Amino acid sequence: MATEPLTKEVAGSCVDSYGSAIGMPQLCFDWFPNQIFWLVITLVVIFLVLSRVALPRIAAILAERQGTITNDLAAAEDLKAKAVEAEEAYNKALADARSEAQRIAAEARAEIQSGLDDAIAKADAEIAAKAAESEKAIAEIRAGALESIQVVAKDTAAELVTALGGEADAKAIDSAIDAQTKG
Amino acid sequence: MATETTAAEGSSLVFHPMDQFIVKPLFGDGAVGMFTITNVTLWLFFAIAAVVLLLVLPTSKRAIVPTRMQSVAELTYGFVYKMLEDICGKEGVKFFPYVMTLFMFIVCANFLGLIPTSFTTTSHFAVTIPLALAVFLTVTVLGFVKNGAAFLGLFWVSSAPLALRPILAIIELISYFVRPVSHSIRLAGNVMAGHAVIKVFAGFAAVAVISPVSVLAITAMYGLEVLVAFIQAYVFTILTCVYLKDALHPSH
Repeated sequence: MATEPLTKEVAGSCVDSYGSAIGMPQLCFDWFPNQIFWLVITLVVIFLVLSRVALPRIAAILAERQGTITNDLAAAEDLKAKAVEAEEAYNKALADARSEAQRIAAEARAEIQSGLDDAIAKADAEIAAKAAESEKAIAEIRAGALESIQVVAKDTAAELVTALGGEADAKAIDSAIDAQTKG
Repeated sequence: MATETTAAEGSSLVFHPMDQFIVKPLFGDGAVGMFTITNVTLWLFFAIAAVVLLLVLPTSKRAIVPTRMQSVAELTYGFVYKMLEDICGKEGVKFFPYVMTLFMFIVCANFLGLIPTSFTTTSHFAVTIPLALAVFLTVTVLGFVKNGAAFLGLFWVSSAPLALRPILAIIELISYFVRPVSHSIRLAGNVMAGHAVIKVFAGFAAVAVISPVSVLAITAMYGLEVLVAFIQAYVFTILTCVYLKDALHPSH
């Protein structure tokens, strides 16, 4: 920007009268105090900004994020355990229900069986009773028949005796017939 | 970079590649005293502003899910923190604000220097030498405070044959004292050389026939300088970490 010649005092020993550098401006010791002074201020400011504000804040953010991630993972683990638990409970309920159903079916079967047994027993008893009755009736009939046979036999015997010209002794005939039919 | 475009006096090509490094007062035309507000002051303060813009403002919301700029701040933090922790171990972590200050200042100053017509503070030895000397003094004082005389074991290579050890000690001693020199000149030299080369190419652009080539060359150099700006900040910081490690664990 320096287009017109500068005075020696303004330019210093490192810049020629046209504002161009003489040699390396890096080696111009006239400027060292200025550069070092402002550098130190800059570094101190950056150091304070970093150590007081930026770095603790970023460290806190990172720690918080790490914490959140850890918590979320733990929560996920928890939920997974709960899901497994729920599945187990479901399976258990299912098994219980199945065994209950089996029990009920067995009960019903037993009930039906016992009813059936009862009915069969009843029917058997009825049949037995009927058979006994019938037998009794048959025995009566048979007895009746025997009696009739004796009467008929006595009558026939008496008649025969008379027909043969004998005297029908009722008592003798009766005892004879009784003896014959008893055996 | 180029604060002046005094291309030609007359018809011949005139190069002033170093004029961009001239320190001058911002207000008035007086001489540069210690407290004069100069272009150095301006661009150093821009570096402070850049640090605040990068690390303080984007993190003000403290979002769990970061915005882009907050991510940049966090990644920068993580980058330097991991570098320091990897090299120095847990003990080195308490120097993190110091190392971070160096890294942020250098990286911001380097990139600000890449803005055309800006002033590159880190191209000056007056800036890099205090930085390197500060590291050197910190490491030396810290080494003796933490380890006492055992810090001298740094120069006594116990794994070498006994006869070689005095010679190695001399070499180690020299290399130790050369550290601040190489540390500072590496940074300023790289930055200054790149900027000066760009300025030389810019001077050639005054000739119409060469100017396309010149513009291409400037573009290429600029790309290289972007790399250099970051790499030199990284190198400066990682060397600081390595030197700190020597102070914390002086044994080889």
